Amino acid sequence: MTELLQQVINGLSMGAIYALIALGYTMVYGVLRFINFAHSDVFMLGAFVAYYTARAFGRWGFVMGGYLGGIAILLLSMTACAVVGIVIERLAYRPLRRRSTLTVLITAIGVSLLLQNGGQLVFGVNPKAFPDIFPSSTLNLGGLVINSNQLVVLGVAIALLSALHWIVQHTRIGTAMRAVSFNATAASLVGIDTNRIISFTFGMGSALAGAGGVLYAMNYPSIEPLMGNSPGLKAFIAAVLGGIGSLPGAALGGMLLGFVETGVSGTRWSTFRDAIAFAILIGILLFRPAGLLGRNRVEKV
Amino acid sequence: MIWKGWPELGFDRHSRRYSRITWLLFAGCYLSLVGCRQESKTGGLATTNNVESIRIGEFSSLTGPLAGLGQYTHMGVQLALEEINAAGGLEGRPFEVLAEDTGSKAGTAAPLVRKLIARDHVVALIGEGASGRCLEGAYVAQGAGIPLVSPAATDPQVTAVGDCIFRVCYTDPFQGTVMAKFAREQLKAKRIGLLVDASSSYSVGLVDFFKKRLLADGGEVAGEQRYNAGDKDFRAQLTALKATHPEAIFAPCYFGDAGLILRQARELGLTTPMLGGDGWEAPELVEIAGLAAEGALFPVHFSVSSTVESSRHFVEQFTQRFHKPPTGVSALGYDTMKLIADSIRRAGSTDKTAVREALRSTKNWTGVTGVLTLDEERNARKPATIVRVEQGRLVFVTIVEP
Repeated sequence: MTELLQQVINGLSMGAIYALIALGYTMVYGVLRFINFAHSDVFMLGAFVAYYTARAFGRWGFVMGGYLGGIAILLLSMTACAVVGIVIERLAYRPLRRRSTLTVLITAIGVSLLLQNGGQLVFGVNPKAFPDIFPSSTLNLGGLVINSNQLVVLGVAIALLSALHWIVQHTRIGTAMRAVSFNATAASLVGIDTNRIISFTFGMGSALAGAGGVLYAMNYPSIEPLMGNSPGLKAFIAAVLGGIGSLPGAALGGMLLGFVETGVSGTRWSTFRDAIAFAILIGILLFRPAGLLGRNRVEKV
Repeated sequence: MIWKGWPELGFDRHSRRYSRITWLLFAGCYLSLVGCRQESKTGGLATTNNVESIRIGEFSSLTGPLAGLGQYTHMGVQLALEEINAAGGLEGRPFEVLAEDTGSKAGTAAPLVRKLIARDHVVALIGEGASGRCLEGAYVAQGAGIPLVSPAATDPQVTAVGDCIFRVCYTDPFQGTVMAKFAREQLKAKRIGLLVDASSSYSVGLVDFFKKRLLADGGEVAGEQRYNAGDKDFRAQLTALKATHPEAIFAPCYFGDAGLILRQARELGLTTPMLGGDGWEAPELVEIAGLAAEGALFPVHFSVSSTVESSRHFVEQFTQRFHKPPTGVSALGYDTMKLIADSIRRAGSTDKTAVREALRSTKNWTGVTGVLTLDEERNARKPATIVRVEQGRLVFVTIVEP
């Protein structure tokens, strides 16, 4: 029983991170109808920005390891990632706005390669040890062991998801985002500056990826320039699983994937973990091609 | 998905120029090439005079998750190369090392070795430290008859490929057996949990030999959990292992995984002794695991705190050259390069058969990792040192003779 509860907690903290990254994929897909493959590398950048900020803070004599310092680092790296996201969109994707989706998709892969290999040049190829940016302690509840970092991950993820929900549903710019996602041409006809909305979407998605990167690095404190590959792919699966383009779907898909992975890893089938994750994806796509919460879109001919 | 016309890659119909996306792709490709290629300088003697250098090929994981292993080995090789060339190379002929990067990925080694042999005409090869990729390269080297010496590939299969493949480290059966013996006799542990990287022949090999010895010595396996390369989350496996109440956990893997495993094990409240393989040895282990690394036990090839004169000299030179202390694989890389150079000198020519025969007759050769003899299976016979992490430093525990 304790083992089961422990696995549930492990699954929750894993799933929360997948959900954060998956949201970025799904938001960009929502407005532009393409998969931003550079997203997982923005995630990596988030972790590295936090790493260097934490080191700089330490050097300038700020008190490290407090909650305030941790939140400052988190916000800084989210801001940096938002800027990077907007710049990527402006330089690489906007000039191709009227080209076919495939062209943009390949560009995204190019940007991803650029960031990965650029990262290896700039940051070095050796894994780096990520410092404790939040106070770390272990809570023992009758055999059930929870690390405070896991709670921070969950707390931050839930806060960000709620904030995102509020922005999308209850603000002017959120309404504009939904309008662009629904029909970009019609949205521009009623006076919405689609380019600005798209930039905003990229900024927000990238900030979430940056937060995901920091949380991931807190949980698994070894960071390297290629660290985005595996969680990025998983989050992409989560986004498709939940229904790409749907925000609650991405969150649900991320959580679901986190649970399935942890569940499988704890058994003797652990090496089949990815296979089982993909099998579930295939199963859902067979019976619900639009994903769990996705809407079926009728292709107009 | 219905495409609206063909994707406009390459030459742009309208502007008669390469489209921006093509430039972006070019930039991406160029950077990935730059990232992968790492040329080694011929230290000391410049090749400006018309003397042809003796080319040695090196393939190792210079990038990717095992970059630490490859980079540290490469630094050792480079230091040896510079020393050899500063001393005049081979009768005035300098040595040159052509380093290729396998990117820590399976399936990359064979083409690189083929290239080193066919295009660069290397005399000998310094193999990858990771067993899996060393094995891939070994088949190619054996086929071409070019001698290959691996600094740190410990899988027995590597040298079993053929009479051209050598190594300067001890093997997995030896390591696995030593650790099982150590756990039973010194730690008095009976029930031991195992955590295996199922995708690494190194990890699987060590666990196999560990299990064999453990069962023979009256111990038992409390539980066995598996994971795949690239995993960062071991909590699920460790939670399952914890439920079996092991007296010790043996998790042979490389230091990146090991750091996370140690940390997550302590976070889950596992307090049993943690045992590893030689892959645990790197400064990053302690950096990543922090306090959780305390008490970790593993075998090493070379102890930085060694008092032997030649070893001390090596540590000094290395620290001066690279501004950080060497690891065991640096010492192995250094010995590999020195042994190859010495064998070529003993062979009196750069002919591949002569060099191979010289390598085969290596007896009581003194390197910085100890006195080494290559046996009929072309494996090094030398002792293993077991160390423990105490206050972030590696402390000598015991020595096990072969």
